[in-house]
Amino acid sequence: MISPGAVDQVFVTLKDWIVFHTPAPLQTLVSIVIEVATIIVVFAALFALATVFERKGLGRMQNRYGPNRVGPFGVFQPIADAVKSLTKEDVVPRAADHVVHYLAPLVLVGVVFLTYAVLPVGRNMTAVNLDAGVLYFFAVGAATELAIFMAGWSSHNKYSLLGAMRAIAQMVSYEIPLILSSVAVIMIAGTLSTVKIVELQARYSNGLAHWYVFTPWGLAGFILFMIAATAETNRSPFDLPEGESEIISGYFIEYSGFKFALFFLAEYLEMFAVSGLGITLFLGGWSSPVSFLAWIPSWLWFFGKLLALLFAFIWVRGTVPRLRMDQLMNFAWKFMLPMTLVTILSAGIWHFLTVAVVGPKPLGGVIRWLVCALVIFVPYITLARVLERGRRIEKRVYRFAE
Amino acid sequence: MLGEGIIQGLVETARNFFGSYVEKDRLTTVQYPEERHTLPEASRVFPILLYDGDDAAKGLRCVACQICEKECPPRCIHIEKSKDKKPDFVGKQQFYPAVFDIDVAVCMSCQICVEVCPFDAIRMDKVYELSTSDRFGGLLWTKEQLSKPNEYYQKIHPMEAAETDERRVKELAEAQAKAAAAAAKAAQTASPAPGDASGNGASAAAKPATAVHE
Repeated sequence: MISPGAVDQVFVTLKDWIVFHTPAPLQTLVSIVIEVATIIVVFAALFALATVFERKGLGRMQNRYGPNRVGPFGVFQPIADAVKSLTKEDVVPRAADHVVHYLAPLVLVGVVFLTYAVLPVGRNMTAVNLDAGVLYFFAVGAATELAIFMAGWSSHNKYSLLGAMRAIAQMVSYEIPLILSSVAVIMIAGTLSTVKIVELQARYSNGLAHWYVFTPWGLAGFILFMIAATAETNRSPFDLPEGESEIISGYFIEYSGFKFALFFLAEYLEMFAVSGLGITLFLGGWSSPVSFLAWIPSWLWFFGKLLALLFAFIWVRGTVPRLRMDQLMNFAWKFMLPMTLVTILSAGIWHFLTVAVVGPKPLGGVIRWLVCALVIFVPYITLARVLERGRRIEKRVYRFAE
Repeated sequence: MLGEGIIQGLVETARNFFGSYVEKDRLTTVQYPEERHTLPEASRVFPILLYDGDDAAKGLRCVACQICEKECPPRCIHIEKSKDKKPDFVGKQQFYPAVFDIDVAVCMSCQICVEVCPFDAIRMDKVYELSTSDRFGGLLWTKEQLSKPNEYYQKIHPMEAAETDERRVKELAEAQAKAAAAAAKAAQTASPAPGDASGNGASAAAKPATAVHE
């Protein structure tokens, strides 16, 4: 009988075994290559899975079947897509800046893969345990903006440039709420290391894990984080940079064939990465929510949560239409930013409402929870009232049509 | 409250998502090669030539009058009239088309050929899977390919076919009555001197009789 602990550590053991059987001078190199190759293969496979899930999920939300022709239930659709994109002609506009045009998708994919280095996908399964892991993630993640602007600028196309400018404006605006909402977690955890943050959440009291999402500031922070992450990854309803109907796919309009597929890949990888960080910061990373389910391997927990968040992304995409640019900016600066600041305040209050202040555990805990929830809820209602003041929603009247 | 509408929307899409796995009526897609719509009776795609009886060459209703060829807006019909004649359903001697070709690629399914045909010879078919690997020969349909028995027409357009058949039976009865009257008159006038005239009358009366049998 294999113990749950051994199943949990099966990949770590396997890697150690391979490294152990290589010559001593090569051990570091082999270790790095194994880790990098695993990340690339696993997340690229997840990308393939995600595309077909997304298309089928969106289809079902619109009462359609979605792709169901290639293989059983259409599961081999990604292979057909890959063959298609690989055999397409790679067209580069004559006026384009060839070098930058060529480099942009590579930089984008490369940068996105770099962010995976600090994601703990399981117990002892982090490629690099950096002390400043969260900071590293945001620093590297911000470089995607550079790649997107490279693509938009080098294409020498108005629509590309418009898309790239929109992307920059949006990503810079939403980077702030994204980082500020994770600041609350960093404050409470007292560390920037992703591994430590998960370990802090993997403790249990009364059978329930100490996930930050179970606290009022964590719940609000998680929602704000996911909204900002949606904007950060240019997904619907924040997909203005690639609005098909307005700017015909934006910054990657001049890309075809496999380079286009790389942009697609990068977009999904970015989504996984930022979801992975959301899981790490708020949803307890690889830990189980209740202690009696702790026997399930940690990597299954992580990927299960990742798929759940992926479904949430697809769900939102199937529900909400694209925003307008001014709505997008108003939302970022007038709603997201104040709310994240309130979340930080609430986290601070949570920190100082210790047992000494609110009393012993059961009642004291409830008081602490309610006070912190109120600190978030009251500003939320007030802000919503202020933002909706003077705005009447009525039936649209068309002057010339109908 | 801010965000309420989004929650409502999410609930609606979730209902669609799960409902589409439970209720089959939600999915309106007809998965074409395996499933097909039943076509309405009036649907039309491409003309066919009708014939009575079993033999397409003998019973073809077309008399090569070439009205359809002249009326066809995209000019996809090509007819060559025969040199000899054959009897039609009432027994009258008529030309028949030696060549009758329609180009599938050109036909626009307007049904004008059907509207103008005085002989109920050309009608519209419902078959719509007409693609072929040979874009020249495969798309030019000859008389033999176009010929379809009247029973087929009754099957695809039952209401139209009933109306046509009724009219044709009436026409046939009228023609027979006329022929019988002519024969009787001929017999009356020819009775004092039976000879060539009565022989002609008998042959004229005998022809429709064969057609009636058909």
